[in-house]
Order: sequence, then structure tokens, then C-alpha cells
Amino acid sequence: MNKNLPKWVDLGLIPLLTLALAFAVSGLVVLSIGQDPIEVVKVMIQGAFNPFGIGHTLYFTTNFIFTGLAVAVAFHARLFNIGGEGQAGLAGVGVAIVMLSYDWPHWSIALVVGVMAAMAFGAAWAAIPAYLQAKRGSHIVITTIMFNLIATALIGYLLVGPMQAEGSLPESPGFPAAAALPSMHVILGWFGIEFDKFAPANISFFLALIAALLVWILIWKTRLGYEMRAFGHSEKAAVYAGISPMKITMIAMLISGALSGMMAVNTVQGEAERLVLGAVEGAGFIGIAVALMGRSHPVGVLLAAFLFGILTQGGAELQFSLGIPAQMITVIQALIIMFTGSLENLVRIPMEKIFIRAGKGAS
Amino acid sequence: MMDFLTNDLLQLSDSAVRFATPLLLACLAGLYSERAGIFDIGLEGKMLVAAFAAGAFSAIAGMPASEGGWEMGAWSVWVGLGAAIIASIMFSMIHAFASITLRGNQLISGVAINFFAAGITVLIGQYWFKMGGQTPQLREGQRFEPITLPFAESLKDVPVLGDIYYQLISGHNIIVYMGFAIVALTWWVLYRTRFGLRMRAVGENPGAVDTAGISVVKLRYSALIITGILCGLAGAYLSLGTAAAGFGKDMTAGRGFIALAALIFAKWKPITAMWATLLFGMLEAIGNKYQTLDLGFIVLPGQFMQALPYILTVVILAGFVGKAIPPKAGGEPYVKER
Repeated sequence: MNKNLPKWVDLGLIPLLTLALAFAVSGLVVLSIGQDPIEVVKVMIQGAFNPFGIGHTLYFTTNFIFTGLAVAVAFHARLFNIGGEGQAGLAGVGVAIVMLSYDWPHWSIALVVGVMAAMAFGAAWAAIPAYLQAKRGSHIVITTIMFNLIATALIGYLLVGPMQAEGSLPESPGFPAAAALPSMHVILGWFGIEFDKFAPANISFFLALIAALLVWILIWKTRLGYEMRAFGHSEKAAVYAGISPMKITMIAMLISGALSGMMAVNTVQGEAERLVLGAVEGAGFIGIAVALMGRSHPVGVLLAAFLFGILTQGGAELQFSLGIPAQMITVIQALIIMFTGSLENLVRIPMEKIFIRAGKGAS
Repeated sequence: MMDFLTNDLLQLSDSAVRFATPLLLACLAGLYSERAGIFDIGLEGKMLVAAFAAGAFSAIAGMPASEGGWEMGAWSVWVGLGAAIIASIMFSMIHAFASITLRGNQLISGVAINFFAAGITVLIGQYWFKMGGQTPQLREGQRFEPITLPFAESLKDVPVLGDIYYQLISGHNIIVYMGFAIVALTWWVLYRTRFGLRMRAVGENPGAVDTAGISVVKLRYSALIITGILCGLAGAYLSLGTAAAGFGKDMTAGRGFIALAALIFAKWKPITAMWATLLFGMLEAIGNKYQTLDLGFIVLPGQFMQALPYILTVVILAGFVGKAIPPKAGGEPYVKER
């Protein structure tokens, strides 16, 4: 279908128009709860970019880059991984287990084992739905939803049982102090740049950027990435070309799960330095919106993740200064998923009419 | 032993019926949609928005005029129910427009609807009532009361059967009885009416239905209106028919997904759906009554009972215990041939 559309329309104009529609409807929602949309935008931008806010914005952005890339990689193989929430949750358990099992002497070693644990646990939680999809044809959307809910119960059990610290709070003991990851304040300090000392953003932000680069290389520069895209375009053709559906489904989902899991390095190891209940806070689901908006391209994902970082931090500010519940962000997120995902044809069909007619006229 | 049977088991079954009712209604809602070939993972969102509309409008309808209410007394609860159904149908029509008319991705549409409901209910709730997203506590006339069936009081002392009739069958509110009646109705519609036949056909082979000169679009829209009505009932039950007596933020708490699980578990069949939701209702009742479950050889934590419906669904989906085969055309937009 999009063969007929110029590239700038397909990858530029349509996403921008759908996004504009999503924001326009969000504006109507703001009006309907008796607030001024202009004022809301001002407060959000101010809240997301002030010296205190930016550290939080980048922290949230880091989460969304990981979960967005996770959904995007699976999308390329035409797999819809809704399980980011559970995969990131279990990765948090993995990070907590290795952090608490040894008195790590230095953050650099702790970072390496933390990353390995997060990726392994995230991938493992994605492995069963992937296997069932590939081998038994169980619909991966349903199984990953079920695995999210099972993860919630499992983590709930661990944090009031085997992993609970002394006291009554549902959380694990704190990690060794030497394992604490360098914060953005420390890292930028090495280069003589001032940054808010208490900001939660940490070294994981740079890991997220590296992950985006690696995903780009994987999808567009490797044989495996080519096979994944071929499988995503047409399973039949891919099988005919000798690509194993089992192998592609497993690998795509394991990479996807590992990427979701990586956000635990940012939240559990980098920020909370212990495992708490609800550590993922919906970031797994926001990854869906990020991947859709970013057209499953790493650059698009980076931009969309940053936008959602701004929205999340700006949303916290909305609650603080205007008393609008933080659920405003959930609504905007839903509208972005709706307009860039399921209602995209609302924009695409008219665009095709305009540009295909124009194209025919020219030739 | 007799004591266990008459007291604990009856009590558990009684709460199982209560827990099963919203699952059953949502499950039947999903059945209509999926049998017509439209995946619906947005049951949760539709239930949630219905629960909110029910709680909010029943409260407003019953408020004194001095507080901006409509003073409708005993009619309030029905205003709430009507609002729930309308809200849920509206959400269902967004899904229909995206999936049928625009041929968009049905799964993504469902995800969006769930988030939209989770957000908008709290935003509007806070704006209207300023109670942190909750709606006011509902009083008499604003909620559904238990109904004592005929002769329940007089048969109470008859051993076993009287107990069952009095404790288990009598004493629920109207939506519970509606739920079970709708099971029978759905079976009849699905297998004994022309509409049901066509609906099942459109979920399996829309091309054939189209060739027969029947509108695929109309059939699918009708199915999704029914889905909206049933999710409306399911949501209204949560805020008007339980001890909650009002809407609370995220009060569906994953029930839409358990209903979806039950639908798969039941292989998209109405009578089986009833048994599946009763089973899941029983699991919830057990998890609610016992913090941990000591089976003698193993002690199960409460969280295990919470996760069991999901685990069972994965097992069923994996095809180790009977195979769940969904309607063939599910999830695929229908494009008319030219």
C-alpha cells in the first residue's frame, strides 16, 4: 500500500498528522475537565525542562527507550509483545537477586552483572510465550497478557515473602552501597557540566542510546535482522526462503524481552537501589505507544520516548500545580496509541487519495 | 464434615457466584465480538467505563436537588445502569469504527481503549466529585439490593436442599440472575436463530456471508453493540451490585482479562463460559477466604490462587488440555472484493 506514497508522506506527514489529531483530542479532554489547554501545555513543558524536572524527564525517557525498542523489535517480526510490563518486572527480580547475593566492590562490575541479570530474566519471561507461539500456535498477545498478570502475582508474593526486607513494607533490602550506579550528576560532572544532584537519571540513559544503535544495526545491517523483517512481511515467503519461523519467533522475542528487562537496570539498580512493588509503573505499556509512534525505527523510538518522558514528568507537574490527576498522561497515551495505531487509516486513506491521484497526474 | 458442606462450601459457592457474575457478563460480551470475527482485548476498559458511569449517574440521580442531583429516589439505580450501558456501547463503537470501518489493528484498538478508560474515569471523576477519582458512596435506591426468592424463608430449614436454595440460589441482586438468563439467551441466539448462524459464519468466513448478500459490516456492528450492552451490565454490577457501592479507581482490577481468559478456556461457547467463569469465581472466593491454602502436602500462597486463572489459560492455550481454536477470521479486517 505505502509503495504508492512518497516516503516523506509515509514516514513524516502521516505520523505528524495522527499525532496532531491525538493532541487535539487530548486538548478537548482538558477543556472538558474545565482546564485551559494552553496553560496545561505551558505547565507541562516548564515542569519537564526546568533544572529539577529534566533529570526526571531523562530518567523516564530511558525506561521508554528500552520498552519502546522491545516492542519495535518484536513488531519487525510481526509479533505483538504486550508483555513488556511483566518482563521488566521479572528483570527487576533478577537484578535484585544478583545485587543482594554478593557484596559487589565497584559499580562497574555491578553494572555488568546487573545488565546480564536484567536481560536474562526479561528474556526468560518472554521465552515461554514465544515458544508457545512458535510451537503450539498460542496467540502471543493473550499469553503475554497472562504472563504480565502472573508476574504481578509472583512479584507480590516474593516481596511479602522470600525477598522481603525486615519490616512490614513490601520491598527487598537495599543493595550494597558500592554497587550504586553513577547518576547523571556524577557523569556530567566528569565533563564539568552542572546537573541536578538529586535527579534519578543515571548511566542507564547512555546504555539506552547504545541499545538503540545496536537495534538499528541488528534490524538493518545484519542477516538476522533481514530474516526478521522478511518473516514479518510474509511468513510464507520467509519459510520458502528457508527461514525458520521457530528460530525467528524465539530470537525476536528473547531480544524483545531482554530489552524490556534492561529498564530494571535504570529503575531498580540505578534509582530505587532495592526492589519495590510496582517498579515498572506502566512503562512496559507505554513502550507500545512509543514503538507505534516511532514507526518501529530506533530514531523514531528515541524521539517518541523523549516525548513520553516529557509527558510523564510534565504530568507530575500538572498534578502538583493545577491539581489535574496524573491519569491525564494515561489518556494522552491512549489517544496516541489509538490515532497512530488503530485509527491511522483515518489519515492514511485520504492521503493515499490525494497523493496517488497527484502522482498519476504527474506521470 | 456435614458442617463443612453446609457452611463453608455453601458460603464459598455463594461468593463464587458473586465473583463470577461480572466475569460471566464480560465473557459473554467477548463471545459476541469474537464469534463475529473481532478480537476484543478491550473488555477491561469497557467494564471500567461502565462501572464509572453507573456509579456516577446513580449517585447524581439520587442526590437531593440542593446538591445538584435529580432526586429520582429508587429510580436512580436504573439511571446508573442505563448510563453504564450507553458509555460501554460508545466505547464499543470506537472499537467497531477502528476495526470494521477503518480496518485498523483490533489488538491495538483494544489496548488503547483500556488505557483511555483507566485515565478518563479518574479525570472526570475527580472533576465532578473531587474525591480522588472515586464516586460518592451509594445509598439505598442507588444500588441493586439482594432479592429473596419466593419460599426461601420458609424452606430455609429443610436440610441440604433448603440450605442450597436459601443461601446459594436466593439472595443475589437482579444482575446476577440476568447474567445466568443471558447464558441461556446467548445459547439460543447463537445456535437457534438466523442472526446467530450468520454471526458465527461471519467470524469463520466473512467472504461466504458477503457472497450470500448479507452485510458483513452490519452484522459485525450489531455484534459489537451487544458486546457493549453486556460489558455495561458487567461494569454496572461492580459499582451498583457489590459491597463497594460506588466506583473506585481501577476497580475492574484485571477482571476484563480474566473474562477473556475464561472465553478462551470455554472455547468460545456460552454454556461452557458459564462453567469457566464459575470456576474462576470459585478460585477468587477461595483466595479471598484463605490467605494461604494448606493442602497437606503443599502450602499455596494466596497469590497463587490469584494467578491460577491465568496459568490455566496459558495451559489451555498451549493445547496440552484440549485445543482452543478461535474463530477463523478473528482479527482480520474484511476487505470486500471488487
